[in-house]
Amino acid sequence: MFKDIFKKTKYVTIQPAQVPRHSPSETSPPQTTLSKKELPDSLWAKCPKCGEVLFNKDLEKNARVCTKCEYHFRISARGRLTLLVDEDSFEEWDAELLTIDPLEFPGYEGKLREAHEKSGTTEGVLTGLAKIEGISVVLAFNEANFMMGSMGSVVGEKIVRAIERAIDLSLPVVIFSTSGGARMQEGILSLYQMAKTSAALGKLADKHLLYISVLTDPTFGGVTASYASLGDILIAEPNALIGFTGPRVIMQTMRQELPTGAQTAEFNQEHGLIDLIVQRAQMRSVLARLLRYHQEGAQYAATV
Amino acid sequence: MLQLFDFEKPIAELEQKITELQKFSADKEIDLSQEIAILEKKAASLKMEIYGNLEPWQKVQIARHSERPNFYDYVPLLFEDFIELKGDRLFADDHSIAGGIALFRGTPVTVVAQVKGKGTKENIKRNFGMPHPEGYRKALRLMDQAEKFGRPILTFIDTPGAACDLAAEERGQGEAIARCLLAMAGYHVPVISTVIGEGGSGGALALGVGNVVLMLDNSFYSVIAPESCASILWKDTTKAKEAADALKFTAQDLLRLGVVDEVVSEPLGGAHKNLKHTAEGVSAAISKYLVRLRSETPQVLRENRYQKLRAIGVYQEITKNL
Repeated sequence: MFKDIFKKTKYVTIQPAQVPRHSPSETSPPQTTLSKKELPDSLWAKCPKCGEVLFNKDLEKNARVCTKCEYHFRISARGRLTLLVDEDSFEEWDAELLTIDPLEFPGYEGKLREAHEKSGTTEGVLTGLAKIEGISVVLAFNEANFMMGSMGSVVGEKIVRAIERAIDLSLPVVIFSTSGGARMQEGILSLYQMAKTSAALGKLADKHLLYISVLTDPTFGGVTASYASLGDILIAEPNALIGFTGPRVIMQTMRQELPTGAQTAEFNQEHGLIDLIVQRAQMRSVLARLLRYHQEGAQYAATV
Repeated sequence: MLQLFDFEKPIAELEQKITELQKFSADKEIDLSQEIAILEKKAASLKMEIYGNLEPWQKVQIARHSERPNFYDYVPLLFEDFIELKGDRLFADDHSIAGGIALFRGTPVTVVAQVKGKGTKENIKRNFGMPHPEGYRKALRLMDQAEKFGRPILTFIDTPGAACDLAAEERGQGEAIARCLLAMAGYHVPVISTVIGEGGSGGALALGVGNVVLMLDNSFYSVIAPESCASILWKDTTKAKEAADALKFTAQDLLRLGVVDEVVSEPLGGAHKNLKHTAEGVSAAISKYLVRLRSETPQVLRENRYQKLRAIGVYQEITKNL
């Protein structure tokens, strides 16, 4: 058939060198050949890319980036904040918003307690106002240690409030997403946070205010399908896994095994889905440059 | 032969008995009308009892019924005219999303819908109603045109979820859905979304950002499929029934949670038992809200939709002591 000639059915995937499919979470390093006794979590971490065994202290000092191969480990919201903003410039917003269990979902309260203990925070996102190289900006960071940054009512509400305040203050917004997607335990309420956050970003765009979305490992599901994909500029960290459906679900439902390197930041860039890949160490300066070059936007909005 | 669920079997058995008795009475010329009347009364009350108290999992089964009317079944009953428009102008035409311009009770409207197939062959063509990014981009293109020309938008939701394969990932499934959410939230025209079957997660929501969201009585609308939820919670996909209870995704639940504005009733046993009757209910509900929405200014329509979304979510706020 003629249409088959034009319909592209096969794709060439360019594979970045040795990027691992699964990156470890901060608190649970990957299975290694060494037993747990020989490799206590608190002292050492093994790089899943090059296999180098690293002192956790050295890893922290290097912004949780492998000192040998520059593999980017996951980092907490607070850790990211410290690396990024001018000293003492951060003002946190809406920390008093707390999650309840609206559907009385089995096991949710226990999960929330666990997440609270594990992360030391009350929810899956940290929001507020700060300065980057002297430029004021509204920020949001998902917290991987809190139920994998999944989005329920509180995460959605905090992000929307941050965007609305950015509109009031005529400021740009930068959101660092790290999320498994919409939070199952709040059902339809979680699903509609996707629409709610997207709607707020539409209002921000009306005011010609800049929104930079930084996608970090991992960003999936309802977060990829809402605020994380709606940036004027989309940045990813090296080797971050980014996609809509997770590789395990694709395997289970479609019986399709993804090629090595699929859904990495590099794969996404190759397919035209993100603008640039920025090393953690360079993030502050790249964001500062982009923010600086957009400072005319708010004034321009008043003239058109 | 219609697909029959376990919970429907007592009804089917009784109905079969009635048919047998009627035949027997006719063949032998014996008057059994009294007995038949009693049985018919019993069948009616049994139907009320069973279909009137369906559990969430039973509603899932009805929503996924192989005979469940799809978008194309409703078209001739809802619209005087329908001109289907195809393609996203970027990659391909996705058969799991249909759209175009229709005439609804004399008013030109833009219609966009997810479509499942009937039977294996059509289902393969329509990817079982699971749209790829090009489907969402087609929807977006058509809805943007509605905004441009000031036409109301009617969307119909019926999908197990967005396509979840490598091709969808390569073409930006997440971005395609997100663009629909952003655009729908910003339109100045009336948007009415109706869930007619399965409302599967983000893939369904991409057409769900309405001023008004309607839901058929036996449809469901969920953040995750009950089977997947059971697999995560209990590592056991056979516990989908328990997951269906936990997820609170029936039309009645969503009405209570402020997501859905009205539940449209179905004939006893589901929409497939009487398509015409179901379509009349859908048409009446859409008409009622469309009249209301069309009396608002474009700015009010947009702002009301935003405030509706803004209010969705349940949380606790601890007031700071100053």
